[in-house]
Amino acid sequence: MAWRLKSLVAAAAIIAGASLAQAQTTLKVVMHSDVKIVDPIWTTAYIVRNHGYMIYDTLFAMDEAGAIKPQMVDSFTESPDKLTYKFTLRDGLVWHDGKPVTPEDCIASIKRWSAKDPVGQKLMTFVDTIAADDAKSFTVKLKSPTGLLIFGLGKPSSNVPFMMPERVAKTDPNTQISEFIGSGPFVLKQDEWKPGDKIVYTKFKDYKPRAEPASGLAGGKVAKIDRVEWLAVADQQQAVNALLAGEIDMVEQPAFDLIPLVQGDKNIKLWNYNPLGLQYTMRFNHTQPPFDNPKVRQAVTYALNQKDFLEATVGNPEYYDACKAMFVCKTPLASEKGMEGLLESNFKKSQELLKEAGYDGKPIVLLHSTDLQSLTNLGPVAKQLLEKGGFKVDMQSSDWQTVVSRRVRKDPVDKGGWNLMQTSWVSADILNPVMAGFFNASCDKAAFGWPCDEQMEKLRDDFAREPDPAKQKVIAEAVQMRWREVVTHVHLGQYNVPIAARKNLSGILTAPAPVFWNVEKK
Amino acid sequence: MLGYILRRLLATIPVLVIVAVLVFLMLRLTPGDPAAVIAGDNATTEQIALIRNRLGLDQPILAQFAIWAGNLFQGNLGESFFFKKPIGELIVGRIEPTLSLAFATMLIAISVAIPLGVLAAYKHGSWIDRVVMGFSVLGFSVPVFVIGYALIYVFAITLGWFPVQGYQPLSGGFGGFLQRLVLPAVTLSVIYIALIARMTRASVLEVLNEDYIRTARAKGQVERKILFRHALKNAAVPIVTVVGIGIALLIGGVVVTESVFSIPGLGRLTVDAVLARDYPTIQAVILLFSGVYVGINLLIDLAYSLFDPRIRY
Amino acid sequence: MSAEPSLLAPIAAEPVAPARTVLMRLVRNPVVAIGGTVLMLMTLLGLFAPWLGTLDPTAINPSTRNRVPGFERTIRADDGSTTTFKHRMGTDSLGRDVYSRVVYGARVSLLIAVSVASVSIAIGLVIGLIAGYVRPLDGVIMRFMDGLMAIPGILLAIAVVSLFRSGLTAVIIAIIVPEIPRVVRVVRSIVLSVREEPYVEAAIMAGTRLPQLMIRHILPNTIAPLIVQGTFIAASAILVEAILSFLGIGIPPEIPTWGNIMAEGRNLFRVFPHNILYPGIFLGITVLAVNMLGDGLRDTLDPKMAGR
Repeated sequence: MAWRLKSLVAAAAIIAGASLAQAQTTLKVVMHSDVKIVDPIWTTAYIVRNHGYMIYDTLFAMDEAGAIKPQMVDSFTESPDKLTYKFTLRDGLVWHDGKPVTPEDCIASIKRWSAKDPVGQKLMTFVDTIAADDAKSFTVKLKSPTGLLIFGLGKPSSNVPFMMPERVAKTDPNTQISEFIGSGPFVLKQDEWKPGDKIVYTKFKDYKPRAEPASGLAGGKVAKIDRVEWLAVADQQQAVNALLAGEIDMVEQPAFDLIPLVQGDKNIKLWNYNPLGLQYTMRFNHTQPPFDNPKVRQAVTYALNQKDFLEATVGNPEYYDACKAMFVCKTPLASEKGMEGLLESNFKKSQELLKEAGYDGKPIVLLHSTDLQSLTNLGPVAKQLLEKGGFKVDMQSSDWQTVVSRRVRKDPVDKGGWNLMQTSWVSADILNPVMAGFFNASCDKAAFGWPCDEQMEKLRDDFAREPDPAKQKVIAEAVQMRWREVVTHVHLGQYNVPIAARKNLSGILTAPAPVFWNVEKK
Repeated sequence: MLGYILRRLLATIPVLVIVAVLVFLMLRLTPGDPAAVIAGDNATTEQIALIRNRLGLDQPILAQFAIWAGNLFQGNLGESFFFKKPIGELIVGRIEPTLSLAFATMLIAISVAIPLGVLAAYKHGSWIDRVVMGFSVLGFSVPVFVIGYALIYVFAITLGWFPVQGYQPLSGGFGGFLQRLVLPAVTLSVIYIALIARMTRASVLEVLNEDYIRTARAKGQVERKILFRHALKNAAVPIVTVVGIGIALLIGGVVVTESVFSIPGLGRLTVDAVLARDYPTIQAVILLFSGVYVGINLLIDLAYSLFDPRIRY
Repeated sequence: MSAEPSLLAPIAAEPVAPARTVLMRLVRNPVVAIGGTVLMLMTLLGLFAPWLGTLDPTAINPSTRNRVPGFERTIRADDGSTTTFKHRMGTDSLGRDVYSRVVYGARVSLLIAVSVASVSIAIGLVIGLIAGYVRPLDGVIMRFMDGLMAIPGILLAIAVVSLFRSGLTAVIIAIIVPEIPRVVRVVRSIVLSVREEPYVEAAIMAGTRLPQLMIRHILPNTIAPLIVQGTFIAASAILVEAILSFLGIGIPPEIPTWGNIMAEGRNLFRVFPHNILYPGIFLGITVLAVNMLGDGLRDTLDPKMAGR
């Protein structure tokens, strides 16, 4: 029986191998999640952003050093008063259906993006008009100078201002698009897309890459793989097993505890492609007691410490950084100003503040998600530290989607509301006080948690109006000082997740999002 | 007979109606908010309210039910909140893997369990009997996912005989299809082997004690003939029942097995839909599963009349 | 129309045997004895968990996470003194002691088993008696039960868990709901068949009042099959809880159960198998013991099935 089985399997392998040999190069990848929605403007989910980078292109893009470089734009001029910008598109840009990219397409795309994205919304308050000049160029006129225009058009992470054909971009921003045509280096194979199973992209033969070498999200996007398949593998360990067995080529986010398995394998290489990584964050609900009292929020900043969170979730010090800078360590705006004495588990100070605030000992509701590997262990650590700091904690566990639907409710805690929740942000999304959504303190208009502080809003507005990087930094530090008083949220530590790939892969780019141009398979 | 079938078919309608109402109510009363899930991580409250309005979730429950039931009546399962695709299409795309897994599992289970059960009954009280019974109790006692992980470790990772995960449609070649199906099917079949072997043994044992078998033995008929012609035939009714129930229960089992082996079937679709609060999809899938369950039970009842000449309608 | 694995016990409709002989037979049955003893041990383990050299099963310790069995950790008390604690079964991904979690887990897992079995039988018994006795309600109740039963149990449980906030009670309710219709069916069919028995008919003719009829003639007949069914429900409850944990919607991980220790450890199965191995052994043995007990009870309480 055994030999029979073996020969059967061998025969099957031969059949499978034969069909593989005649195919072109195919990359099989397990991403961190399945692609269910394909409108990167409509949702901010990172997996949809990654999908966006496959099939769409951007006017500007951030390079490896963090500078914004032209991408679809060939050249642009800035008037001396910094109010008029003229953008000229590159030659030979075409949509996947063969039609040329026009300024009208770009204008409609910018408008749709700016209706949804926080930076876009802010940017639009500065914009007077956007109009096409000819078949190649368009002009943006501003009411007052801002650094947000170029930065916004090259915004690296959700929502990315991806360019879509005018007819698609005319879709209401709150309705999902129904046509998936871009001008990026890959084409979505719609007939093979099965949500929950896989999504398939093929190389776009008519794509004209820039002449410069690829750097971060900028430079020439040369597709060196004919076909990319993103497979949905829900089980973390199975993804790594499949990688070890050579059934797939890459795992975007291997579980930290499984990294030793791939490190020990000579066929696997780890790519630290996103050194800025991610930040763990704790968010307060500012509308419900006790966190409507800033003293109680301050107490939390004293009780917690980053190391415990990072050790419990990431474990391996190679991949985490206990660093308090809120606008991301190793970036121009990184600063520890205003963080003195905080996040050092000073339980005594926390207890004192609680006493001053008159905290009544009513348990605070901490939303805890149990189905996302990267977040699961945050809850118990928070509970233990907060309890030592004098809080009573009611940790309510559920799947992530329940947390997501619950955190938007403003109801009192006993009617399905909440006090605290934890999540993680891609660092590229929080590089400055305007784009970092959790600093938005515009009360009801702010993201869930709804912090409310005029002074903070004033500082964010100042930042948006300030084009000079040195002065921007001063404002960012002022924001951090103001944060110390109002505590919109807490930064629990920075970490990054490496890509695990088979050794025959090369050219994975260092960028805030995983991208597949420049990647080669031998 | 025809009248009976017709009557039974009609009787399934109220059951399915009850399922539909139950599932609908249960989902609409849950605290989850699909609009928030769909809107993504940094959506504002206004954006979520807009999406809620677009999905019709701000209407009264009764109105939502009327719309859904009306569409259902016209054979329209609705559109998935999440996948933005007609649910009918989603389900059709997921049927093949689940059906293949269920079929392979039952094939393995029946072909292993019935001989085992008959053998155990025939060698009643011997060590063979004890081993079979021991295994059948053990089969009930281990969670499916543990069996799956253990089999993957031994046969996929250590020995490398089978792929670790994945599914290949039949159209992609029978070899690859089979190669990927073996481990999940074996994993899932363990509990059914236990169940069916146990029932077969019990039924055959009962029949072996009946007078007519004793008579046959007394007449000096060959043992094998007794076992297969008389005993197994007469034990068929309970065995068919168990096999039928097994198929109905498989639906629960595929949820876990498909997750472990990354098989894009209906089980995964259900779990994904539940976690995403994709109400129309959950409703449709549960209704479908319930329909299958009711249908199988109908077939079992009909099979009774086929296998057991004593039952007449 | 249908039966479950747990339902394979046919229904005894004869008058019930005297209690003492049944007890004697039970004790003599080795299968019952083994199953019972193992369960008793597990119960004691759970009850005496705090005195069995355990730590707080929820105390996390990020700096000593994922340690293999036998790892020794120095614990510093508040007064500065230190003690050494040996993690007999290692630690999990939050640095919690797996041995303590397994021992305390016995409490919750057994609690789930017992409460699911007893509550679903109690509710099922009441509904079943009504359905079997109050003819006009029979149709309505049974159609409703058919509907409930037609929904795959696991899916029903998943839906119920998301209906309530995830917690011990939610999970218990989620496992109970799909079991109820199966109990109802058994009880109803017993009532129906007992009603036809000559001695019951005679009692009705003689003017025995309903409560008396129930207590004296009908209830006793349901005891044996329900005990047997209860054991199978208990066994499956432990497994279903593990599956719910596996799907990420089970009992909150800070409450240790064998199921969620395994579910939490499953991603590290290849690197740190002890997280799945130890709770798995306890879970397997317990379910095995419950099933053995059920089998033994069925053989003994139901003479027709004896010897199978």
